[in-house]
Parts: sequence; C-alpha cells; structure tokens
Amino acid sequence: MPLNKDATAAIDVRNAVKRYGDFTALKTISLSIRDNEFFTLLGPSGCGKTTLLRMIAGFEDVTEGAIFLFGKEIENLPPNKRPINTVFQNYALFPHMTVTDNVAFGVQRLGKSRQEALRRAGEMLELVQLSQFAERKPAQLSGGQQQRVALARALAPSPKVLLLDEPLSALDLKLRQAMRFELKEIQRETGITFIFVTHDQEEALTMSDRIAVMSSGEVQQLGEAREIYEKPRNMFVADFIGETNLLEVFVDKIVEGRAMCHLGGGHALTCDAVEGVGEGAKVHMSIRPERLVLSETEAPENSLRGTVHDNIFVGTDIQSVIDLDDGPRMLVRTSNSDRGKKHLFERGATAYVTMEGGAARLLVD
Amino acid sequence: MKRRNDIKHYTGFLPLTLLCLFILYTPLIVVMVYSFNESTSITTWGGFSLKWYVDVFTGPESAKFKQAAWNSFVIAIAAATTATIIATLAATAIIRGGRFKLRLPSLGLISLPLMVPEIVTAVALLIFYNFIGFSRGMMTILVAHIVFCIPFAYMPIAARMQGIEDTYEQAALDLYATRFEAFTKILLPLMLPGIISGYLLAFIISLDDFIITNFVKGAGVETLPTAIFGSVKQGIRPNIMAISTMLLAVSMLIVTLSYLISKTDKTK
Ligand SMILES: Nc1ncnc2c1ncn2[C@@H]1O[C@H](COP(=O)(O)OP(=O)(O)OP(=O)(O)O)[C@@H](O)[C@H]1O
Ligand SMILES: [Mg+2]
Repeated sequence: MPLNKDATAAIDVRNAVKRYGDFTALKTISLSIRDNEFFTLLGPSGCGKTTLLRMIAGFEDVTEGAIFLFGKEIENLPPNKRPINTVFQNYALFPHMTVTDNVAFGVQRLGKSRQEALRRAGEMLELVQLSQFAERKPAQLSGGQQQRVALARALAPSPKVLLLDEPLSALDLKLRQAMRFELKEIQRETGITFIFVTHDQEEALTMSDRIAVMSSGEVQQLGEAREIYEKPRNMFVADFIGETNLLEVFVDKIVEGRAMCHLGGGHALTCDAVEGVGEGAKVHMSIRPERLVLSETEAPENSLRGTVHDNIFVGTDIQSVIDLDDGPRMLVRTSNSDRGKKHLFERGATAYVTMEGGAARLLVD
Repeated sequence: MKRRNDIKHYTGFLPLTLLCLFILYTPLIVVMVYSFNESTSITTWGGFSLKWYVDVFTGPESAKFKQAAWNSFVIAIAAATTATIIATLAATAIIRGGRFKLRLPSLGLISLPLMVPEIVTAVALLIFYNFIGFSRGMMTILVAHIVFCIPFAYMPIAARMQGIEDTYEQAALDLYATRFEAFTKILLPLMLPGIISGYLLAFIISLDDFIITNFVKGAGVETLPTAIFGSVKQGIRPNIMAISTMLLAVSMLIVTLSYLISKTDKTK
C-alpha cells in the first residue's frame, strides 16, 4: 500500500481523473475529506459532481489516480463492499417494500438478524420522525417524507461515509430550508462524514464545514464557507457564490502588502495584495454589495463618486445601482432594518460609494 | 356547429365500422348462441339446452376431447413456463447487461420468430426433427411451442423492465446486496407484472396453436385445436360449438387477467 499522508482523512481523492471516451469529465481532482466533516461539492450543472460521487460510491471506475477510505485504497472494492452509503437524487426507494423494510434492507444484507434489522430501522425512523409511517409504501408518502426515508435507509447500516446527491433539490423552498437544519443536526448527532452535492450556493454556505467549489471538472477552491465567500480565489468562485461587483482594475503599486489600484474613470482603490497578482497587472476585483456604504460626503479612503441609477426593493434589503463617474456600474446593498439610520438616495442623486476595510478582493485570473 | 363541419366526423366512417364489427363478431356470436341449441342441426334453432355441453364431457367423442384438452394444457403450461424463464433471463441480459457486442443481434434474434410465417416455421421444424431423428410425439410439440412462445413472453417482460430505472438495483448494491440479491429481491418483484403477462400470453399462444402443432405432432397425439379440426372434417356437430365456446371463454378470461395484471404498477 502506498504511503499515505493523511490517515485521519475519511476520503482522500488523489489525482483522480475520469474520462468517458475522449471526454474528460474530471481533470486531476485532489481532495481530502476529514472524518466527521460535513463536506460539500458545489458547482454548476455538468461540472462533474455526480461523477465524483459515483466514483467514491464505486459505481464508476477511476481512469487515473486513486481514492482512499481511511488510508485504504478502495479501487478494487465493489459498491456492496464499501462502507459508504448513498442518498440518491431521486431517492430510489424500493417501491414494493414498506418503509420499514426499505430501512432494514441494508442492515440485513450485512448479515444481521431480521429482528436486529427491524430494531435498527425503528431507531432510524424515529431519528427522522417518521415512526408513524413505518408500514406504508413509499408511494404513499410526500416528497419530503420520501427524502427522509432515503436518509434513514442510508444511515441505518452506520456507514463510515454518507454521500448525498442533491437530496433537497426536489423539495419546495420552505421544506428545503427546514431540511437543511435537520440534515446538519443529524450529521452532528451521528458523527458520520457527509459528502453533500449541490448546485445551490446558499445551501452549501449554510450547511457545510468545508466546501469544494467545482467547475468544468476541476476544483476551483476548497475552504470553509466564510473563507470561500469572503476570499474567493478567482473570477469563477466570486461570481458563482453570492452576488458581487466584479471590477476590472489595474494594480499600480504594491506597498507593505497593500495594493494600490485604479479602475476606469480614474477611481483609486487600495486593498490587500494577494499572491499571484503583481505590480502592473490588469485583473478583476470582487466587492460584495453588502460591504459597501452609500454616503453624501466623501470618506477619507476608498470612496468613489457616482450617481444613483435606481433603487430595487428585494425584501430584506434595498439594492442601489450606482453609476460611478466615467466608470463602471456598482451594486450596493443596504439592509432594510438600517433604513432608519441610513439615508435612502433618490434616483439621479450624487452619492459616494465607500468600501469597508477588507471588502475588496483581488482575483487571480 | 353543424355535424358535417365537425372535424371529428368522417363521412362513411360509421357504416364501415359497423360492417367490420359485423364481419368480426357475428360468426362468434352465432357459434356461442347455437352451442345452446336443443336441435342436432347446426342451422335451425330448436330451443335452449345444455345437452351439447354434456355431450362434450360424456358423449361418444368425449374421451378424445378430454385427452386432447389434457395434452393442450400440459403443453401450454410447460411451454409457457420454460419460455417465460428464458425470456426473463434474455430481457435481463439485453436490457441490464450494458453494451455488449451481441446486444443488437440478440434483440433481433429474439423477436425475429414473430415475423417468420408460421407455415415456414412449421415446415422447417418438421424437416429439422426428421433430420436429427427426433421421433414425433408430445416432446416435439412441446419443444416447438417453447420456441415460438419465447418472443411472446419476451415482449411484455422487456417492456416492463425498460420502465424500471436501474437506480433501484444500484441502491440495492449500495446497501450491501450481492448482484444476485439485487436481482431476486429488487428487480424480479418489480418485474413480476410483466412476467405474469408474458406467461399468460405465451400460455394462450400455445393453447391456440394449430399450424405448427399439426405439422410436428406424432400420429395419435392430439391437442384441442387439432382434435377440433379432425372432428370438423367429419362434419360439424353442435358439440364442436360447445367446445369452441368454452375455449373462447378460457381465452377471454386469460387475456383479461393479463391486461389487469399489466396495469398494476408497483413502481407507482
Ligand atoms: N456515462 C457517461 N458518458 C459520457 N459522459 C458522461 C457520462 N456521465 C456523465 N458524463 C458527462 O460528464 C459531465 C459531468 O457529469 P455529472 O453528472 O457528474 O455532472 P453534475 O455536476 O452532477 O451535474 P448536475 O448538477 O446537472 O447533476 C457531464 O458533461 C456529462 O455529460
Ligand atoms: Mg448530478
């Protein structure tokens, strides 16, 4: 067995490549997923999330590279020999079996007695609060209940790792939000490593310990939710996660870790320098709209003059669209609860857009 | 709106429909009605009676018909069972076996017999049996029936299996089932309505077959269709109408059953 660097990793994907004919679905993926972690694979449709999950489950083979489960290579283990269970996107509950039999199925296959399996199924149904539906067939349950049965069924054999492929995507918004908390709660209670796949960035941000942002078969950035949101590494991540202002800037000078930049119209900005962006570079800068403040007077630093183009009501916030003088358009978000304190600017009024410290982030490529 | 302008109305459609129905069903109705005739004549009505049904079971030809019916049912059950097992395995291989090289040829080969004229199959089988020295009797009939029943059993089974997503089996494998368990515990129960439909269809096709049976049966071995044909050659007596009516009833019962079963969908 090859020497492994990280024995505590639940799943260690090393330089894994997946090709279908000449189409490369995954290009050299390396990920280390810790034990007891709620790990999320986030990315747009077609980026290879399901493919990676199916490789971990054992339904697809790895073209190049290897996958380790607690330090052991699992390449040669078929799906039914891997202590990994899956919550399928369409649930795939066995339609001819009752809810209890569905949940007991995996436990029984592990060689436990029928009684033991039924006891465990009862326990799991209690965990997902479906005990009263134990004798029903899957077709007699609502979508949300089926989703919970699928979860109970996958948890019942106590897998080392649980894979969840967009399990909430078929539910309506309210239920989806409720299930986020429930899933997170269950993950904490059971201590099982969850690998969760979604294309919904809000879902990823609210639930995950760590997130891997993927696009076109590559991991773009891996980190904690906050880090990914506040310090996106590149254009793709900044744009995909949340809403942001992407500005084209020129880096004039770098002094003591601060980059002095200017953008179209001659507006000057100073922000933290990042590795990979040097003096004279022409790159993009990301600034989250909620970290900008509007004022009538110019602030001492990083304050850009513009005209209010429009104000848009978006429920909890008001979004102001500002055209910088001779420069690009910017979005500024003001929380509705701050309305009393802050002045709402009329359309056509002159306003200064001021950045909070650390709000601007230079992006590589 | 005037009826003439209704796009759902085609001139001449109704009379044509009635003509078709008349041609199709009048002979059957006549046979059914006259099977309850008191008279010995097959064309004049002499009052209601069940005497021809009694005649079938006790009359001079009863021994012959009982033996023929027995043969027919034994062959139909054996042929349908064997054909269904083969068709189920074939469907599993063709639909679930992934993309193997002989997939398309297998699919063609299994449904081709439906397109070969029955008389050609009959002659071919007869020549083949002679060629290999297979002496004719029950066994030759049975083997022939198994062969032509396979595609009929295959169709409903394959249709059913195509409707079952393979994520069920993947879920079973994911939950530590062996491939065999995934097949027996998940796929097979889900396919059951298709299998039963296929079985009943094969059964009816076998029970009903005349041409092939007539060619490959040995001397003295009769099935119901060949026995009826033999009897009719001697002149039509009303007891033939009683047998035909009973056979029709059995067929209708099985077809109805098959239809009802194919409608029950356990995946919904
Ligand atoms: N069996 C296959 N043969 C060929 N290409 C495939 C196969 N399976 C997936 N792909 C391709 O691999 C890429 C990644 O697919 P995958 O299903 O992993 O995407 P995904 O990130 O899960 O997308 P979604 O969010 O839509 O589910 C896609 O471009 C897809 O077309
Ligand atoms: Mg997917």
